[in-house]
Amino acid sequence: MRKNHIKGFALATAAVFGLLACGGSDAATDTTMAETVTTEAGADYSMLKVAVIYIGVPDDKGWTYQHEQGILALEAELGIEVKRVENVPEGDEAEAIMEGLAAEGYNLMFATSFGYGTPMARVAAKHAEGCFQWATGAKFLLTAEMGGEYATFGDIPANLGTYFGAAEEARYLSGIAAGAASPTGKLGYVAAFPIPEVIRGINAFTLGAQSVNPAATVQVSWTKTWFGPDTEKESAESLLAAGADVLAMHQDTTATGLAADAVGAKWVGYNSDVAEAAPNAWLTAPTWNWGPYYVQTAKAVAGGTCPSDEYYGSMADGMVTLGSFGSSVDADTQALIAEKAAAIIDGSFAPFQGPVMDQDGVEVVAADTKPELLDLLGMSYFVKGVIGSPKG
Amino acid sequence: MNENIWILMSADAIAIATTLILAALGALFTERSGVLNLGIEGILLTSAISSFLAADASGSVWLGLIVGSLIGALLASIHAVLSVVFRANQIVAGLALVIFGTGLANFLGKPAEGKTVTTVINPLSFGPLSDIPVIGPIVFGQDIITYFAIAVAIVASRYLFSTRPGLELRATGDDPATVDAQGLSVARIRIRYTMIGGALVGLGGSWLMLAQSAGWHQAATTNGLGWIALALVVFAGWRPMRIIFGAVLFGFTLQLPFTLQAEQITFIPSAFLEMLPYLATLIALIALSRPGNRNLLGAPRALGTPFVRDER
Repeated sequence: MRKNHIKGFALATAAVFGLLACGGSDAATDTTMAETVTTEAGADYSMLKVAVIYIGVPDDKGWTYQHEQGILALEAELGIEVKRVENVPEGDEAEAIMEGLAAEGYNLMFATSFGYGTPMARVAAKHAEGCFQWATGAKFLLTAEMGGEYATFGDIPANLGTYFGAAEEARYLSGIAAGAASPTGKLGYVAAFPIPEVIRGINAFTLGAQSVNPAATVQVSWTKTWFGPDTEKESAESLLAAGADVLAMHQDTTATGLAADAVGAKWVGYNSDVAEAAPNAWLTAPTWNWGPYYVQTAKAVAGGTCPSDEYYGSMADGMVTLGSFGSSVDADTQALIAEKAAAIIDGSFAPFQGPVMDQDGVEVVAADTKPELLDLLGMSYFVKGVIGSPKG
Repeated sequence: MNENIWILMSADAIAIATTLILAALGALFTERSGVLNLGIEGILLTSAISSFLAADASGSVWLGLIVGSLIGALLASIHAVLSVVFRANQIVAGLALVIFGTGLANFLGKPAEGKTVTTVINPLSFGPLSDIPVIGPIVFGQDIITYFAIAVAIVASRYLFSTRPGLELRATGDDPATVDAQGLSVARIRIRYTMIGGALVGLGGSWLMLAQSAGWHQAATTNGLGWIALALVVFAGWRPMRIIFGAVLFGFTLQLPFTLQAEQITFIPSAFLEMLPYLATLIALIALSRPGNRNLLGAPRALGTPFVRDER
């Protein structure tokens, strides 16, 4: 049942992201947060009542776990207590829960999944006194296509903001580690859904691997679930049987790592630094660091400003990070990754720096250019060297 | 054509079939006595997490399997009391057991969230037999519970159709009034086999946890296998031997999308393949929920009907 639920969500995600390419929006400004933070010393946070809506549980060692780390940082920094609601289904139940929280006086709410967008927008419209933040969302998606009651962009409440980040930067770096650790150059990727967010990660990982081994290929196996340990395991095993010796993943459990470990292959994780799950297989992982964003946003709200922009974090602001290195990542590779990371942070390099070819050898990013953010957010092609179909 | 991929698929299909065989046999024993227990999914989940906690605390997979099976029997006894003693609507009671079992499992699973179990069931080693190409990994690469599940199915078939207690069990499901007239207690037989069925389901859930998943992931741990097991009983015509073949077939169907992706065979949409086991389950459950259809399928004639002596 859950599987179908998640599938439905993913279809909606895929559909709305498909619109993104032609949507047009001024998303992603990395600097706005800093400007809105006004009060620093001697600030009074007693008026803040913060709540967070979790799609899973804080101990999942994955997506929700990383958000929990950010919320813990927020609590420590501001000396406040945050209300957590776990295992909230996307849809009407989420609206009822958020409505209840707003009625209890919670004036800053974080919702950590895409499917909370429409319910959160409805509650935000009714509670102008509160501030609402939607992770992985994009406000222009809250149109009639999403089943929302907002016909146009202009109707979206001003007290609603979104936040997400450029995981592709860390994906590229993890690809370098994978490419260097693979004797055969045959890599595998256990991937959840054929949507731009996942496709972007696969492509960035592939380009990273090819930067150290130009002949490297990445075979993709779609699981059609974010969270399904058995499915992820079967998917991983089929890639290993096909000859892959390093596996990466866009999933919420460590099943891929355990499968790789069982046959002596290597593993690039995602979301959290969980080297201890399979220490021999572990290379590294693209991870999230939500703490600074949560702290900044809470301080802004305490200062009287509700950020209502589309926040797109990166390695430069620390929202996207790379996990610890396993013992099979040698010193030379670590130095190379550090060098590339520095170039990404200072803006002199980007994962999709041209020229980039798609699977059929057609140039999709011209030499010496970088794709626009909207091109990234709507990405629907695989780069050269990826084996599989970007349509799932 | 990469033969590694197909060997792996066959070995995994048989492995996945273990949970399906045990859970479907559990449902079969229950239904043969005339009780319809739709709560299999809830029992699977709760016994899975119970076996995790028991194995993790004791360091023994055997204790995990025993605790999981006992919890399965215990949950089934709730259903038995509701449907046999209180003559509750068995469909409603079964669905309630799914919801109760899922909630209980999530509650018990709190401390296990995100952890992997420290002791697991490993495949048996048959020495040189395991090294035979193709057949080795498929036939001799399984663990003891997989062989045990197949053995239980064979024994169950003999028991049902060639022994006196088996005859009594079938008679209780087909014509409880006659069993009653023989001086046997219909209620006692039904409660007994509902609990035995629950224990088998519990063993299936424990195996799934300790051999397959090795970690607690809430409802995704079983991912609907309990419902597929119910459908399997219908497709097997309430006959144990056919359950083995049905379970392996379902196992293959569940594996096929990944195998075809790994082989880069794309002419069949993978979404269609992924849908098949659940579509089959849906059809079977619809058939099972209508008393008229049940008779056509060869179900025990008194399935889902409480026995009331005065109404004979």
